[in-house]
Amino acid sequence: MDSVKDTLTTPIFKNNPIALQILGICSALAVTSSLQVTLVMCVALTFVTAFANLGVSLIRQHIPGSIRIIVQMVIIASLVILVDQVLKAYAYAISKQLSVFVGLIITNCIVMGRAEAFAMKNPPVPSFIDGIGNGLGYSVVLITVAVIRELFGAGKLMGIEILPLVTEGGWYNPNGLLLLPPSAFFLIGLFIWALRAFHKEQVEEPDFKLAKHVPVKEGV
Amino acid sequence: MSSNDSIKKTLIVAFSLCIVCSVIVSTAAVMLKPAQEANKTLDRKRNILAAAGMLQEGMSVEEQFSQVTARVVDLRTGRFADDVDPDNYDQRKAAKDPTGSERLSAAQDQAKIARREHYAIVYLVEDSNGDVDKVILPVHGAGLWSTLYGFIALESDGNTVAGLGFYEHGETPGLGGEVDNPRWKAFWPGKQVYRDGEVNIALIKGSVDPGNASAPWQIDGLAGATLTANGVTNLVQFWLGENGFQSFLDNLKSGEA
Repeated sequence: MDSVKDTLTTPIFKNNPIALQILGICSALAVTSSLQVTLVMCVALTFVTAFANLGVSLIRQHIPGSIRIIVQMVIIASLVILVDQVLKAYAYAISKQLSVFVGLIITNCIVMGRAEAFAMKNPPVPSFIDGIGNGLGYSVVLITVAVIRELFGAGKLMGIEILPLVTEGGWYNPNGLLLLPPSAFFLIGLFIWALRAFHKEQVEEPDFKLAKHVPVKEGV
Repeated sequence: MSSNDSIKKTLIVAFSLCIVCSVIVSTAAVMLKPAQEANKTLDRKRNILAAAGMLQEGMSVEEQFSQVTARVVDLRTGRFADDVDPDNYDQRKAAKDPTGSERLSAAQDQAKIARREHYAIVYLVEDSNGDVDKVILPVHGAGLWSTLYGFIALESDGNTVAGLGFYEHGETPGLGGEVDNPRWKAFWPGKQVYRDGEVNIALIKGSVDPGNASAPWQIDGLAGATLTANGVTNLVQFWLGENGFQSFLDNLKSGEA
């Protein structure tokens, strides 16, 4: 049971797909300007990752090495279309806001990465749980970013006014930068910084070190 | 495991996977289609009502939409074209189709849309006597980043604005995206479109001075979004101008539409 729990919880902080593996950044920038949309995106991605892992793992012993990436892509793409169709039918307003980003779950590196790195080598149940774990890891970062962006960028959470805006007769002057994609970069950067301050082992060795500064005479 | 890499096995896996996946995807698509279509129609109706300022929360959209009739207008003649069925006519598709639209010259193309469709769907709101109370016209044109799609609603005189709303655009949130702000949209109702037969309505920089003689034709600009504001001015002027709905509105007023 321990290993199941580990598979589920490790990706949340210790091996977070966004913060440590730096995967799936694109959608983290695009869909985090409002919390409601973010939540739907998180559920969609968790669903796709979990079931893609399950599907790949079920047939892993029959997948020919030469077409394994294509096989994974077909499974992932089918699931994404499924999610897109369901959203269009039952959550039309949100699907309009997410627009192209639901489709782009196909190219989300987390889904591909987990299918290739985990599901190809592990039995179905752990793979499924790994998918959920990674989906949750993704969700933690996205929800954190979205709460900050929506609260301080638009003064709202889930569309409900928390900080009354100056333009609507309140006192809060919103920070427009937070509604633009670059702000998510800063926030994810800060998140990674905070995470690595706690988990020191995540700090990477520098790829190269600058040589010590020496007088010109000794340099040549 | 090595047998997995044989050509036969590769083909079998590829084919069976494709069949399984396509069955799942097409089943979902077919089963969810009615719900999706219903959502789309509902969304469009909601936008039309919102543009006319008739949308009331808590009431069913269908019920509110029952006072509205869709009619097709031939933009070339400015008259109703009842041989085209508004339920089956796709205006956005027609605008891209060479047989359903015409090229605009640079001088005509104020809204930067390149082609204008021959037919447009307009929505008429009738009062209890069956007279036209409001007319809702579809408009679109280039903003800063994106094409804005929306509706403008006019009162029965064909000159006073009843409301304006965009249902699709990709302008900067907080700047150009403020076209969705209800406070800004509230500036539109009551404004005048035509002055001596010419379209005169425009967004200005800053706020409108109510004492100004031109105030009825002016609308507050969007702070920090001059290019989006220019786009809105251009598209409204284009669609209400001689290449847009002006002749239709004249015909409607004189009862010749």
